[in-house]
Amino acid sequence: MSSGRLTNFLIPLLAVLLGVIVGSIVMVISGYDPIAGYSALLYGAFGDSYYIGETIRQMTPYILAGLAVAFAFRTGLFNIGVEGQLIVGWLAAVWVGVAFELPKFIHLPLAILAAAAAGALWALIPGFLKARFKVHEVIVTIMMNYIALHATNAIIRSVLSDKGYKSEEIHESASLRSEFLQSITDYSTLHYGIIIALLAAVIMWFLLEKTTKGYELRAVGFNQHASHYAGMNVSNNIVLAMVISGAFAGVAGAMEGLGTFANISVKAGFTGVGFDGIAVALLGGNNAFGIILSALLFGALKVGALEMPSSAGVPTELVDIVIALIIFFVASSYLIRLLLTRVKKEGK
Amino acid sequence: MGVFEILQIIIPSAIFFAAPLIFTALGGVFSERSGVVNIGLEGLMVIGAFTGVVFNLTFAEQFGELTPWLALLVAMIVGAVFSLLHAVASISFRADQVVSGVAINFLAIGLSLFLVKKMYGKGQTDQIQIGFDKIDIPVLSDIPIIGPLLFENGYIPSYIAIALAFVVWYVIFKTPFGLRLRSVGEHPMAADTMGINVARMRYIAVMLSGALAGIGGAVYATIISRDFSHATISGHGFMALAAMIFGKWHPLGAMGAALFFGFAQSLSIVGQTIPFLKEVPTVYLLIAPYVLTILALTGFIGRADAPKALGTPYIKGKR
Repeated sequence: MSSGRLTNFLIPLLAVLLGVIVGSIVMVISGYDPIAGYSALLYGAFGDSYYIGETIRQMTPYILAGLAVAFAFRTGLFNIGVEGQLIVGWLAAVWVGVAFELPKFIHLPLAILAAAAAGALWALIPGFLKARFKVHEVIVTIMMNYIALHATNAIIRSVLSDKGYKSEEIHESASLRSEFLQSITDYSTLHYGIIIALLAAVIMWFLLEKTTKGYELRAVGFNQHASHYAGMNVSNNIVLAMVISGAFAGVAGAMEGLGTFANISVKAGFTGVGFDGIAVALLGGNNAFGIILSALLFGALKVGALEMPSSAGVPTELVDIVIALIIFFVASSYLIRLLLTRVKKEGK
Repeated sequence: MGVFEILQIIIPSAIFFAAPLIFTALGGVFSERSGVVNIGLEGLMVIGAFTGVVFNLTFAEQFGELTPWLALLVAMIVGAVFSLLHAVASISFRADQVVSGVAINFLAIGLSLFLVKKMYGKGQTDQIQIGFDKIDIPVLSDIPIIGPLLFENGYIPSYIAIALAFVVWYVIFKTPFGLRLRSVGEHPMAADTMGINVARMRYIAVMLSGALAGIGGAVYATIISRDFSHATISGHGFMALAAMIFGKWHPLGAMGAALFFGFAQSLSIVGQTIPFLKEVPTVYLLIAPYVLTILALTGFIGRADAPKALGTPYIKGKR
């Protein structure tokens, strides 16, 4: 057993290592200095308190998007729709933030709950279609992403603004922004969302590992027929799993809407956070604690990348290549397992 | 404005928008019929668009009028090679096919933008100078009413796309190769027992999908966007995927669906110039392809059944 756990821990580490190595090969081939590139990346992510603040801020929606993907994964579902659920969550949070004026202790939770509800609702459709009609959730969630993007843009143009391209700024009472956090990080955009994200990680862990319902959800994900035989309601559990996953994604949108941007603007394309969430969840082994670590890594990569063009001349897209490679290597863990067992055999 | 004038705006532009979707959706048919999910179509189109534009910009002076055709050929080859990553991961290393496809999408956009910045020093290429010519198809364009609507003033690749759908239909349903391809996607173990090399068939199918998506991306970039940036291919691969499913994994169905999606796309763009469509908010036309796909999958528009072994890696000797 212990060697199995060790392998589970080694795979993500090796995947990151391989991703970084191939990334430096790409830099060498295209005539950049990989050492300068990666040092710029490291400095841009952790170099001083401002950068650390930005990294943690970027990590916040990544944790939640990762939890959303992972929750679905653990229950046997693949939610590629986190991106769409995040966008509608963002919209709902900003809408509540703009439309009402309430005391902070009501307004802020209300805005976050609205985001969770919107994300949950957006995930309910693929969940229901899967449970009732056996329609594969991957395709439906991809389609829902585009519907979310276009519908949200239409609402921003027609309802939240007068044919403009962005909404008004949310009221202070719904804001997650924190002067204290900003002042200790040299005026970065860090906000209180990170606390909510960490809390959500604990909730996901508790829900899945410590409650009867969580056990049921995992059982359905593991073997539908056995769970059905054991008297569990498979359809209800599929819908519930999608709804909870969507709620996490919606809250990720609230982090952007209430913390980072304080408004919502018309989007030409996806935010990418939802898709990055797939990488975060995979690398984190679909485990709440692992997700926090991998969200930190991806947050650091994304924020650190911004420093690369100016100090090392390397385009920021290098980081996207590295992230893609990490996903490849984690997904092809069969290869890494094969290599590990071979190394072990030779060691004996 | 009469009905005929309206049709004369909408139909050619529908065919115009549909061509890249048809190529890519046909690629998707190959891959999924062999049992390999290909979410990576989007990324493969990105690679095709990137290759097509860069080749066109680099070699326009040497090859002149031939350039766009050679660009398609090169995009096809690069697309096929790039799809090998998906094939290796999902067939040989038994990776989750959806995850591997997602990785393809990330890698394609990251790599192509990285190279664009490296080569041109900015996030966007220049506009290409040499595109495809518009032609009238002889004889057919002389047919009254239908002729001017369908066969006049169109781009050659659009007609190739439509013809190719029939070729793919023939290959998949009328040749031994097609039978093997489908058997590998329906019941790989039975196919293996009959002496068909499952992995080899799947490799071929995925590379065909990469080649066709590469062409699709290059056609899009050459005809429609005429340059390459991060937003050149935004969701067209997924729309092609939707067309393939809406077309029930059938080449002709996929072509029909792609034409319909092209029609919806063209309505959302030229709709503003047409009297009664001006009243319909664009958003309904924008989301129509996706809503229809969900409805099709749900069975409201006829039941669609995916190939049985779709999404499962084949492991020899495992029951």
